Amino acid sequence: MTTLQRQENNPIAHLTAEDIEAIGRELDAIRDEVIAVRGERDAAYIRRVIKVQRSLEIGSRAVLLFSLFPPAWLVGTAGLSVAKILENMEIGHNILHGQYDFMRDPKIHSTTWEWDMATPAEQWQHSHNQIHHKYTNVVGKDNDLGYGIMRVDENQRWHPFFLAQPLWNFINALFFEYGIAAYDLELGRNLQTKKRRSNPVFRKNLKAVGRKIGKQALKDYVIHPALSGPSFLHTMAANFTANVIRNVWSHSVIMCGHFPNGVSTFERTSIKGETRGEWYLRQMLGSANISGSKLMHIMTGNLSHQIEHHLFPDLPASRYAEVAVKVRALFEKYDLPYVTGPLPKQVASAWAKVIRLSLPNRKPTAAPDPSIPPRRPVAEPVTA
Amino acid sequence: MTSPGRPSRLGEVPVTQTLRNGAWRVVELITTPVVPSDYLDVIAPLRNPNVLRARVEAVHRETANAVTLELRPGRGWRPHQPGQYVRLGVDVDGIRLWRSYSVSSPAGQPSGRISVTVNAVRDGLVSSYLLANARRGMIVNLDLPAGDFVLPAERPAKSLFVTAGSGITPVMGILRSAVHELPDVVVVHSARTSEDVVFGADLRALAAAGRITLIERHTGADGRLKPAELAELVPDLFERETWACGPGEMLDALADHWSEAGAAERLHVERFRPTVLVAGDGGSVTFERSGARVEAPAGVSILDAGEAAGQLMPSGCRMGICFKCVLPMREGIVRDMRDGQITTAVEGDNVLIQTCVSAAAGPCHLDA
Ligand code: FES
Repeated sequence: MTTLQRQENNPIAHLTAEDIEAIGRELDAIRDEVIAVRGERDAAYIRRVIKVQRSLEIGSRAVLLFSLFPPAWLVGTAGLSVAKILENMEIGHNILHGQYDFMRDPKIHSTTWEWDMATPAEQWQHSHNQIHHKYTNVVGKDNDLGYGIMRVDENQRWHPFFLAQPLWNFINALFFEYGIAAYDLELGRNLQTKKRRSNPVFRKNLKAVGRKIGKQALKDYVIHPALSGPSFLHTMAANFTANVIRNVWSHSVIMCGHFPNGVSTFERTSIKGETRGEWYLRQMLGSANISGSKLMHIMTGNLSHQIEHHLFPDLPASRYAEVAVKVRALFEKYDLPYVTGPLPKQVASAWAKVIRLSLPNRKPTAAPDPSIPPRRPVAEPVTA
Repeated sequence: MTSPGRPSRLGEVPVTQTLRNGAWRVVELITTPVVPSDYLDVIAPLRNPNVLRARVEAVHRETANAVTLELRPGRGWRPHQPGQYVRLGVDVDGIRLWRSYSVSSPAGQPSGRISVTVNAVRDGLVSSYLLANARRGMIVNLDLPAGDFVLPAERPAKSLFVTAGSGITPVMGILRSAVHELPDVVVVHSARTSEDVVFGADLRALAAAGRITLIERHTGADGRLKPAELAELVPDLFERETWACGPGEMLDALADHWSEAGAAERLHVERFRPTVLVAGDGGSVTFERSGARVEAPAGVSILDAGEAAGQLMPSGCRMGICFKCVLPMREGIVRDMRDGQITTAVEGDNVLIQTCVSAAAGPCHLDA
């Protein structure tokens, strides 16, 4: 993929600045409609999912006490994997986005929630909600593009190091939660110099991650196995497997969000003085959906509706399906590419890109098209 | 939710407690990253020692407009003194709203239950919700009892209670608990009509038994009671220790009357705060901890206004998506600049608002 500004066929060439602002207004109107009806149903939904998830987790862990017996191992591991996926995707991710803050329930709130993940919620909120969602797909600003370890754009200079990126990506998938923790810590950057290494904020975050990983590992690899006595090793293996399954699943879903074919990336300069309409447009072009059944949407935490999620990250995720109908109509009205497809296709597309970009390529169109997206000359805002 | 840190000074505590703490630690590790009570909540919501809740055990209709809820408070409850109130947190259309209600049951019930009487007020979200929806088995959130509208340990020889409307509820709690300790009680109560008198039957029964002197005033027919008229109804007015509860204007008038007579210290009042706030444009924002105060016009976010005034504020995306900028609003009213939604907070609430997309719609007090 080439950044939008250097593409030969510009997908938004037909839009005027007025069109873009009109799109923004229409999306705001869609958002308002949901806000107006948000309430009881959404609160009941998230409470129900939490209840189901907790019951499933307790049940699976109980079954795993007898994981010496192969059927119990299988059932328990499957149940625990599903419980962990639900916990991370439909519950943790969405609550940490503040989607359920409107309930004013201190137990289900973005400021208090902690999840079954190596990375502490607060650090993830910074790198995800604050950086990724604001700078979606802006090369050099949004580190989610390639997580800082991969080449994701034809314009990025190739280096032999990238030959191994399919391997990195595979390892990252297996141990995704640790990859995310390292990523949230900006390990690559912060370990570089002595000064950065001794930065008190970094040290504090590092300690928090260490503590979190310690507790998580103790739970999955010591305490629960110990409780199952003679099944110790089996339970340990079951927990490890469940973690890996959860990791591979979330990695796949997340890769489908911004990597598949047809998704645009943006030049760093393109967000200077960006308007609300232009911000919305960037989210529209920079995200991709996964099509599928209702169960599929729940298991992806509704990140299968990545486009809708990026437009409205703070709306309850279970609303994305109904919002998607209107959003899609808007894409059609303005003749914009709504990138979606079934999971295998999207995963394959994302992997193909990872592999393709591991090899050098001919440099695409040299000069960026300065008119995309249209913007006025404004001084670069100071960002924290 | 991370588990609260527990002090671990081994050696200073008895062995059993050390063992218990140790066992508890293991249980916490089993449930990490949440705490054990998060799992227990699923089956036993009243057992949670950190989140006080209550179960509605019975609902009695008092008048067309008022219901009494009999509540069984969960773990962590501390008994109330008659005259005190509790805050109930009720989920109305998915949003937890807190309101204060006086406890109307006598103190120290052997069953451990308390009751509150909810009078539906106009535009009152919570009271009308409870009137229509309160059912046996419903779980509500609860705060510990509070308020100093209580009798002194040494009971007064002569007492007077002046109440109007639902102002009778804390007084009913006091009478039910302590009327036998009060030798001479006068109750002057106003309501629109005879049927509107909450606890009408109880009050009349107390009067018939000679326990109290009841003076009922029906404002629908007789008009509002003026403080000057009180002297006629109760000749030894200022000799009595007086408790008053009712609408703000009534209490103001009484307070003036008592202080003019130089008897201000004999009058105890309980005010129900008005919860209906009206949205305007802009307002003054007070940051309570730093003491900073700024006029924030409509259309300017509280974040921008605060920073312009030199207030240190947390922020992130500055466009309403990261929730990094949330601050607790103790009291006030704000408008979401994206969709116009109004959010209000009354004293005791700590509603978290996103300062980057909220504009003041009236005076606001933030905990920052
Ligand atoms: S600063 Fe991100 S939501 Fe307010």
